[in-house]
Parts: sequence; C-alpha cells; structure tokens
Amino acid sequence: MPGLEDLYREIILDHYRNPRNRGELETPPAHRVEGFNPLCGDEIVLYLDLDTDGRVADIRISGQGCSISQSSASMMSAAVKGKTVAEIDDLTRAFKAMMSIHENSLEGAETTEPIDAPDVKLGDLEALRGVVKFPVRIKCATLAWNTLAQGIEEASA
Amino acid sequence: MAVSTDPIDGTRLKEQFPLLSRDVHGKQIVYLDSAATSQKPLSVLNAMDDYYRTINSNVHRGVYMIAEEATNRMEIARSLMRDFIGARSSSEIIFTKNATEALNMVAQSWGRANLSAGDVVVLSHMEHHANIVPWHMLVAEIGIQLRWIPLDAEGRLDLTDLDTLLDGAKVLSVTAMSNVLGTMNPVRTLTDAARKAGAISIIDGCQSVPHSATNVQDLGADFLAFSGHKMCGPTGIGVLYGREELLEAMPPFLGGGEMIRDVRLDGFTTNDLPWKFEAGTPPIAEVIGLGAAVEWLNGVGMDNVRAHEIALTEYTISTLHERFGDRINIHGPTSPLERGGVFSFDFDGLHPHDISQVLDQHAVCVRAGHHCAKPLMKLLGIGATARASVYVYNDTADIDALADALDATGAFFTL
Repeated sequence: MPGLEDLYREIILDHYRNPRNRGELETPPAHRVEGFNPLCGDEIVLYLDLDTDGRVADIRISGQGCSISQSSASMMSAAVKGKTVAEIDDLTRAFKAMMSIHENSLEGAETTEPIDAPDVKLGDLEALRGVVKFPVRIKCATLAWNTLAQGIEEASA
Repeated sequence: MAVSTDPIDGTRLKEQFPLLSRDVHGKQIVYLDSAATSQKPLSVLNAMDDYYRTINSNVHRGVYMIAEEATNRMEIARSLMRDFIGARSSSEIIFTKNATEALNMVAQSWGRANLSAGDVVVLSHMEHHANIVPWHMLVAEIGIQLRWIPLDAEGRLDLTDLDTLLDGAKVLSVTAMSNVLGTMNPVRTLTDAARKAGAISIIDGCQSVPHSATNVQDLGADFLAFSGHKMCGPTGIGVLYGREELLEAMPPFLGGGEMIRDVRLDGFTTNDLPWKFEAGTPPIAEVIGLGAAVEWLNGVGMDNVRAHEIALTEYTISTLHERFGDRINIHGPTSPLERGGVFSFDFDGLHPHDISQVLDQHAVCVRAGHHCAKPLMKLLGIGATARASVYVYNDTADIDALADALDATGAFFTL
C-alpha cells in the first residue's frame, strides 16, 4: 500500500514551501495563460517569455493549488527555463508518460519505464513519480504541464 | 458552552453499519463524509438482498405471486416515504434516479410548460450545481431570468430584499440546508414569501431531509427534491415530492413504459400519478432499500437524529476551536441551532487536497473540493474547502480522531 512518503517526497515539499519562479511577467512581451483543474478548483497562471530562437527566456507562475500542483509547476519552471520548444516537448512527453503509465492499470502494477517516452532525464521531476500511486492526484501534477503546452502553442501561433 | 443532551449513542449505532467496522490503512475507519453519501444499515442491505433472492421480478402488470409481492413492497415503500415527509397522498411521491434528476424534472417539465422569455426564477448564492444548471439550461432555451438571494457574513441567506427579488417571479428554488456552510434556511419564511408573490417554491432537501423531521405541509413547499443515498438508503434512488394539482397539470418528463395509459399509432395518453413520471422499469431494489431506510430512521426518530447532530455540532466546533484556535476557520453559522453537521474548513493555509490526503492515512474520510457549489466558492473567495460531515452513527470519538489527524497534518506540512 502506498504511504504518504511515496507522494510527499522531501523535494516536493521543498518546492511547495519555496516555489521557484513565482510571480508575474510583463505582457507583452511575455504571454499569459491560465489553467484550471475543475475538480478541485486549482488554478495556475503562467507567464511565458519565448525569445526569437524559440527558447524560454523567462517563466513565472502564480495561482493557487495543492502541494502537488504547486511543486510540479515550480519544478517545471526550473526545468524548462532556457530550453527550446522542441526540448520542452520531449520533456513534457516524458513527464506525462511517467504520470499516466499507471493511470489505467490495476493497483500493484510495477511497470517502471514509459513505453514511448523520449530519452530525457527528468531530474528532480522524478520525485513526482509516486503520484501515480494516487490516481486522483495525477491531474494535480499535470495541470502546469498542460497549461505550459497551451501557452507555447498560443505564443508560437 | 452548554452541552446539549444527546439522545443517541452513535458508538452503539455503528454496530448496525457493516462498513463502519472496516479498516483503512490498518486503522478503523472514521467516516466523516455523510453529506456526500451516508453509510447503510444492515436492515437496508438485507431488504435489497432479500428482494433479489426471493421476489426479483418486474413490478406492475405481473399476475404471478412474486411480481405482485415486488409491486406491493415497492408501493409500501412509497407509502412509508409519503408519511415520512407528510405528503397527503402517495401520488405525490415520484421516485427518481437522484435529487438532481428530481430538480431537472421540475425545471424541464413544469418549467418548459409554464415559463416563457423574461420570466424570473429566484435562486440563492448557496445552491448546489443541481439547483443552478437546470435553470441555466432554461435561460439558454427559453430566455428566463435568474435572480440570486445574497448571503450575510456568517453564511446565512440575507432576506432583506427578498420581497423585491420575488417581485414578479414565477419560481423560488432554494436549498433547505447548504451542503458547504451547513446553514439551515428558514424554509417556511421563504415559501410564504414566494406564495405571496405568486411564485411556486421548490426546496432542495438533500441535506435537510436525512437530518431532521420533514413535513411538506409545514414547509409550505410546492416541490421538494432529495436523494435516498444520503439518508441511509442506496444510490440510484431519489424523490420528487410535488403537490398533486401541480403534478397533474405537468407534461410527462421521460416517455416509455409504465408512464402510459394507452399508446396508439397517432399518440399516447399518460398514466395516473405517480407513475406518469416514472418511465421504464423503476429501480425496484433501490425503492425497497429506501423504504427500509425510512423504517430504520423512524425507529431512531428524526427528532433524536437532529438532537444528536446539534450535540455533535457543538462538540465539533468547540473541540476544533479549542485545539487549533486561529489555525482553523470553520465556514457557516456558529450557532448549532442554525446549522447542520456539515463543517467546511480552512486549516493552516493548507490545500484541501493535501489535508484530506493526510487525513486518509489516519483513516479519516473527509471531502475536499468545491462541493458542486462553485458560485458559493467564488463568493467565499476560495477555490475549495475540506469538509467533514456527521450523521447519526458518528460520535465524539470520531471528532477527536479528526482533530488528532489534523494535528498530524499540520505537523507533516510545517516540518
């Protein structure tokens, strides 16, 4: 049976208590995008500044949510800063593969490697792997990533 | 604070609820989510089991013995429900899928037949989505207008401008008790004001009917909707009470079997009440289970249920305030006489998801989220709350367990 320590790893609590890249950016040049989790009322406001090479020059996050959604957003912001849209796309797919792999599997399934995930190092984000043992919370962890994908799509349009 | 006399020993009643003896994460379950759904006593489980084992057959029109017995038991359940809420006739008790369907039935059947563009429906800021969205659908479909009764600082309805809000209105549809704030509304005052204004009144009784004695004549309501699963009955069954003359004048909601008297190639005529509104094979086992739930609650006594919850409410509010002071904020009225045993709270600035996750590890079941009342959440300026709610089988030990688990939650996140 999964315990609390599987979900609330120390690095997650650290990002929750001391969120990175918290705040706002001036729009324009930055692009502002909002994401909601209708189930729990979590909201995230993401400010994204893409440079002319398609790289994330800067990113800021505001909004409110649980420790999982806030820490996931915080870790994501640190992970994507300076990366290109293509690199972020790989990272997002790797992260979502980690999140969703158990989504439809029975309890106790011990698959560890995503099936078609890009070969990308997730670093600190690995700490969120335990979330898959708590299916209700997966949407908390993916909120920031879905919002980022939407923001990139809008900003690149 | 004076402690009210509690006529019910929740600890002993637990023995009649099989689920309450199970373990969660190695500890005996502490179930504090009865506002979402109640647990079921053995008598309800047995009644449904017995139906399937001994008389399972389709009701009405069967001329063989077990079909007659099934029909009989279903209609006995209807009579029990009639008496439980003080309806004049069994014809006024419509069995629905749930309270949501009951409210939609009124909006779709009565509403579409009686409302036109510009007509006013008055709701309140504390309504459940089930008493908002069906009216939004009529805004889109017919062009009705919605007006909203505001709330005061303690989460009570602010009735200062009630007569103005009701002026020219056709419908008043409000909850008897908030599923978020616990506020018990002055239903009679509301229905009297509606009648004076020439509006019909619809009461959402989901949170009130399971927890206090209900008499629709005293409430003065034209319609009352509530669910079976929150009052010790099974899921999949709800009730719409309606005054007979209103139900008679309403067009049917769903068409099919049971609701017809005659079907021809060129049309149909409807069955008598209440079957006119019960298209298709009804949830027979669920109706019988709900009947058993009514009998069980009658055995306990609804006045005793209310007295028990007043005592438990006093204990909950005083315990949480004594143990946590400013760390906890309990929404809704402070007086146990103005509220039911539903406690939405903010704690230590923690997100409700995180609170309920840690509470779960201590086998304490509470709800976290917007409780299907997003307009109210917006008014309160929050996205979600954690919510503990009690029923007849809860006791002070459950509240102590909640407080202990909250203590542990605070420690876990502030380390």
